Amino acid sequence: MERRLDDLRPGDAAVVKAVNTNTHLRRRLQDFGFVPGTLVTCRYLGPGRKVAALEFRGTVLAMRMEDLCDIRVVC
Amino acid sequence: MGPLITRRIQVAFVGCPNVGKSTLFNALTGMRQHTGNWPGKTVGMARGRHRRGNTELVITDLPGTYSLRGASRDEQVAARYIAREDWDCVVVVCDASCLERSLILALQVLEKAKRAVVCLNLMDEAKRRGIWVNHRSLSRQLGVPVVCTAGDDRQGLEELTEVICTAAAQPEREPLPRWENPVFAAEEMAKDCVKKDGKDHDFWRRKIDQLLVSRRFGGGFLCLTLFFIVWLTVWGANYPSELLQRGFDALYGVFHGWLSPAPAWFSGLLLDGVYATCTRVAAVMLPPMAIFFPLFTLLEDVGYLPRMAFLLDPAMARCGGCGKQALTLCMGLGCNAVGVMGCRIIESPRERTAAMLTNAFVPCNGRFPTLIVLGSLFFSQAGAALAVAACVALGVVGAMAVSGVLNRTVLRAQPSSFLMEMPPFRRPRLGKILVRSLADRTIFITGRAMKVAAPAGALLWLLSYTGLLATIAGWLDPLGLILGMNGIILLGFILALPANELTIPVILMGLGGSTLQAVGEISPQLLLSAGFTWQMALCTMVFTLYHWPCATTLMTIYRESGSIKKTAAAGILPTAVGVTLCFLLNLLL
Repeated sequence: MERRLDDLRPGDAAVVKAVNTNTHLRRRLQDFGFVPGTLVTCRYLGPGRKVAALEFRGTVLAMRMEDLCDIRVVC
Repeated sequence: MGPLITRRIQVAFVGCPNVGKSTLFNALTGMRQHTGNWPGKTVGMARGRHRRGNTELVITDLPGTYSLRGASRDEQVAARYIAREDWDCVVVVCDASCLERSLILALQVLEKAKRAVVCLNLMDEAKRRGIWVNHRSLSRQLGVPVVCTAGDDRQGLEELTEVICTAAAQPEREPLPRWENPVFAAEEMAKDCVKKDGKDHDFWRRKIDQLLVSRRFGGGFLCLTLFFIVWLTVWGANYPSELLQRGFDALYGVFHGWLSPAPAWFSGLLLDGVYATCTRVAAVMLPPMAIFFPLFTLLEDVGYLPRMAFLLDPAMARCGGCGKQALTLCMGLGCNAVGVMGCRIIESPRERTAAMLTNAFVPCNGRFPTLIVLGSLFFSQAGAALAVAACVALGVVGAMAVSGVLNRTVLRAQPSSFLMEMPPFRRPRLGKILVRSLADRTIFITGRAMKVAAPAGALLWLLSYTGLLATIAGWLDPLGLILGMNGIILLGFILALPANELTIPVILMGLGGSTLQAVGEISPQLLLSAGFTWQMALCTMVFTLYHWPCATTLMTIYRESGSIKKTAAAGILPTAVGVTLCFLLNLLL
């Protein structure tokens, strides 16, 4: 079932399908190994649900929700 | 002296941020480069040497990079250095507990490097998390030697230097063919070489994380922690400062006796000028720093700072900034120049500029003494701590407000994305923290202030002795009075451009005359008897918060931004705010 990454709640896991953010962010995410096919888990959310901490490949990365809505995942 | 050096090997340390690269570097070179548990700690490159028999390793520690394709300036620095090829061997430092990510960078480096060694660091962390790496298999697949290390553990370091020496003597290897997809290649390799015991070792750390970033508990904890640090710094420094001052005053008497045969102006210049100023500055600077820096370094080492940035990002985003700016403000609490340099962790040039220009709104440790002395005019000693904490809060608010305005008007551009790695919590190394924070930061910054205080003290004494001080203060009186202060205070701020710690000594010199004995201890009673009112104290405190940054900070801003305009703006912005506020306060009070 395809969803947006900002729909995930703490504990949910999904596989990245497409990273449709701006080029700059996509390349930075690539450097971390965040590419289509990566398994990602939502670790926790920040105040006001504006920031999220995502875990993938053993790394925990904090990102803003407004950027996450451009990333499609499959549960 | 040691054996003669017959061989010199140029080594480059490269690796992702936060893999313990700088810890390794410090352990090998004996240098005390700055380390801390959050990404972006190493700013710029550092170079050190390590002797191994007849061989000398010249090690360059590059800033942490996630890849060689260079988004931020630090990453470009690292990528350019690797491309330059005037090194003999590259050491890719990897995080054994998180190998996949480190491998992505390692593969990129191995595409270009003619001689390389892979170092699997943080083996102790991997062991704790039940992760085991088959380094022999990894070495076979990568085609380079792989060494296991655990921070500054002796055995691992021995092996590492031995392998580096051997590898540097090898003929150049064929660079590995360019991987179509380094991410998947890294994934495959990691799957092959890494075994996990399947148990959840991180349960408690995850729970603590969730608590620390929650709105209610996390936010409260943050405020309490910062308040506690400021409060302890002010309250705890009170008695030691007094002791130091008494000690210095006693020594003054001794030196005075020795210098009595010398002409009056000579002993005056040396004792009442240089000695008095230097000891005054040291007595009020050292104790607060000796408390603040260990506490702050403890927070850093544990890994709390990224959580702080995470919590504060929504608030900072409303000002057009990002959570990382909050970190630079915290660094600015220690020293504004350090805070400005720390702005390198902010990728967006626009946000970085705004952060650099507003960092000085937060009072550095050098301004604490002024705030403490003035604060104790209003309240008791305990209350002074509250006053300083309130000033810090005001400084933060000012910084956020002004950078908000900057980001929305002059520096308006595409909003950037916030991307921050959250490293796992690590047990703080208390002994190392004490040494590092006391030796590195406290003594270094005090030493820097002394270099300024000595000539400044001499100049001050001369001005006072010749009556020039009073004259110039008289010229500044009209302007000072409009701002709720007076000419001497204003002169104090002007002459304190080299170092903020000079403000109080200048004011005292102006109020009390040119001999130390005439002035005695810095105390609120002294200021009151010299005509200080609480309104003047309040305005002075506000101006202490919002006035031009010290010379060191201005020079750092110029170096980091390369622009005279931006440096000038950094001087004008806080001053404009300070002048406006003081003017208004003066009208109201």
